[in-house]
Amino acid sequence: MRIHLTGVFVDDQRKALRFYTETLGFQVKHDIPLGEHAWITVVSAEAPDGTELLLEPAAHPAVGPYRAALVEDGIPCASFAVDDVEAEYERLVARGVRFVQPPTDLGTVVTAVFDDTCGNLIQIQEEKDQP
Amino acid sequence: MDIYRAIADPTRRAILDELVDRSGQSLFELCGRLTMKHGINSSRQAISQHLGVLEAVGLIRTRREGRSKLHWFEGAPLKAIRERWPVSTDEDTSHSTDEGIEE
Repeated sequence: MRIHLTGVFVDDQRKALRFYTETLGFQVKHDIPLGEHAWITVVSAEAPDGTELLLEPAAHPAVGPYRAALVEDGIPCASFAVDDVEAEYERLVARGVRFVQPPTDLGTVVTAVFDDTCGNLIQIQEEKDQP
Repeated sequence: MDIYRAIADPTRRAILDELVDRSGQSLFELCGRLTMKHGINSSRQAISQHLGVLEAVGLIRTRREGRSKLHWFEGAPLKAIRERWPVSTDEDTSHSTDEGIEE
């Protein structure tokens, strides 16, 4: 068994697609109209056949309270792996991304958390080389 | 609860240490630091309760930034302790030791 698809709820799918591609640098995998919404997934440019991230409409009534509670406590709804958190932080800040947690060295990992502008907090994480 | 009981707990002291290290942390960030840096594996709910105690005695403040609730260390209540038992600066401190006041 493999994880091939996971998703985040987004306030506005078009805005989310722009953020996840133009700002973060992911690639569109699918963009299929589905009534008033669309089936939109993105993949990492480093792994175009890897796990897809679904940008799912936040219209379901349970999504609002669920996300509000997570964001209140600063809990990210997804975590992306990067080679260098500090470098990503600098790159994204330069593109206007707001971080709620700057790069933090936690011993075995370095993490940071930013606002995806679509209602979610996202963590980036760098595994440090073990001595 | 009074301030003495509030800082009697090692987890609450670790929370204050981490907030001194960086102001304006979310519950999530604090829990990550407590787990990874202090080996404290309490649940988020337990840490949230500790934060409630510290806020009640005025040792932390909270503020909303965007839709997140962030926490700050507030040292003012500790002034009452310094004023009650003043530390004289010209006193010979060579016999004093840090033993027992770690963590």
